[in-house]
This record gives sequence, C-alpha cells and structure tokens, in this order.
Amino acid sequence: MKLLHRLRYPDLVCQQAVELVTEYLEGSLSARARRRFEAHLAACPHCTEYLAQMRETISLTGRLEPEDLTPQMRDEFTDLYRRWRSEQQ
Amino acid sequence: MDPDSELLLQLRSGDERAFVSLVERYHEPMLRLAASFVPSGAVAEEVVQDTWLAVLRGLNNFEGRSSLKTWLFRILVNRARSTGSKEQRSVPVADPEPAVDPSRFGGGGGWADPPEHWIEAAERRMEAGKLADRIRAWLGELPARQREVVLLRDIEGMSSEEVCAVLALTEGNQRVLLHRGRSRLRQLFEDEFREVR
Repeated sequence: MKLLHRLRYPDLVCQQAVELVTEYLEGSLSARARRRFEAHLAACPHCTEYLAQMRETISLTGRLEPEDLTPQMRDEFTDLYRRWRSEQQ
Repeated sequence: MDPDSELLLQLRSGDERAFVSLVERYHEPMLRLAASFVPSGAVAEEVVQDTWLAVLRGLNNFEGRSSLKTWLFRILVNRARSTGSKEQRSVPVADPEPAVDPSRFGGGGGWADPPEHWIEAAERRMEAGKLADRIRAWLGELPARQREVVLLRDIEGMSSEEVCAVLALTEGNQRVLLHRGRSRLRQLFEDEFREVR
C-alpha cells in the first residue's frame, strides 16, 4: 500500500517545488500537495532558501510607498475638487 | 464607522483635504498601473486625470458594494482598456514560463546552481533607502499583465478576489500571473546582489 502510494506520488524535485511556491503561499494547495511540498522543504535547504527569498521579494516590493505629489499637482487637484463642489450646490 | 465610509462622508461633505489625501495615496499607483495599458506616459496621465473626474462624478452614487479602493481601480482599468491596448498585450497565460531558468537544475530536477543568499544585503540596502528605485524600475520591466497583478496584490495589498474583479481575471490566471511576476522579481534581486565571481 505504501509502495503504491510512493509510486503514485513520487517525491517532489526542486524544479517542481519552485513552481508550487505561490500556491503554497496562497494556501491553495490541497492538503496532500501541501504535505508533499513541506516534506521536500524539510529535506532541501536550497528550496527552503528559495521560499524565504520569495517571501522577502513580496515583503520588499510591499514596502514601496507612493511618490509624493508635487505642490503644483496638489493645487490642481484642490481646484478640481472645488469645481466639483461648486457644481454640486 | 469603517475607514471607507468615513472618507466617503468627508468627500461628499466638501472636505477638500480628504480628496487631496485620497489623490496623494492613489495617484502614483494608478499612474503606474495605467502605464501598462496605454502606449505612453502622457496618455497614462490623461487616463488617471479622467479617472479622478469620474470618481468625483460618481461619488454620490457609489454604494459601497466594493471597497473604495477596488472601485477606484476598476474605473481606472476600464478607462485605460478603452483608451487603447498596448500591442502584444495578450500573451496567453497558458504559455509556459518557468519560475527559474531550467539550466540551473540538473538532470534529476535538483538544484545544480542553487539560489545565492541575498536577503540580508537587500534589507541593508532597502533600509539605506537605496533599493526602492531599483524595485520600481524592475516592476517596469515585467510583462504588463504580470506587473498589473503584482502592483495590486503586493503593493496595494488587494486580495486575490479584488484583483480578479479589477482586472477581470479568473482566479487561476491571477495566480499564474502573480507567480510569474514574483518569480521574475526574485531573480532580479538575486542578480542584483550576486557576488562577482
């Protein structure tokens, strides 16, 4: 039984594991696929590093702040809003 | 009261600072997104200006069935799409695009050229304020559809459902585009910090 299972679900190789990272982080892997992925990570320091780098990529990208408006743009948008207000009255 | 309702109330009641802070928060992210749909920065600028006008015009009819942010970006994307698609936008999602260059794996599919460490170096440069501009430039190098998803998910912090609604994508395609975009960015970080050998 166990052998049959191993035949049907062979261990992941690294090249397959890297393609599952997003689904893993999204929580969209099935319970079985998740266990298989985590079993691979437990045995593979390179893929563990790879997963950490994907998390870091998301974290660094997420820290970008919108650039400030120029004072001139700020004035333009204030005018735009005032015009809209005056049309509302 | 949730932050959206409070902001809406301020916007409708004539609080111009509320409007300017809304523009502060979303103008540049909207420009960045618009730029991936239209041929030039000038056109993207026009699309975003039009979006702000449409937002003001629609403010009193907005019913809050989606978040304010999702509403803003939907208006933007609809305008950007109708203004003119960039050529070659529709690279099929089905085309294979590996997360990592296949030449970095051996015959059995294990790493032959494993990922190099760069997390600490990237953190140091980010803290020194010297990485954000590079990341912005890299985002500009992503294929348009990947960039759109990464911008909304990882920078704007939208959920996958919101992104699917804004960009009219299926859940599956959204995830594929996100995976490819993030994978490309990871590679760009690795290249940036790769030690000269």
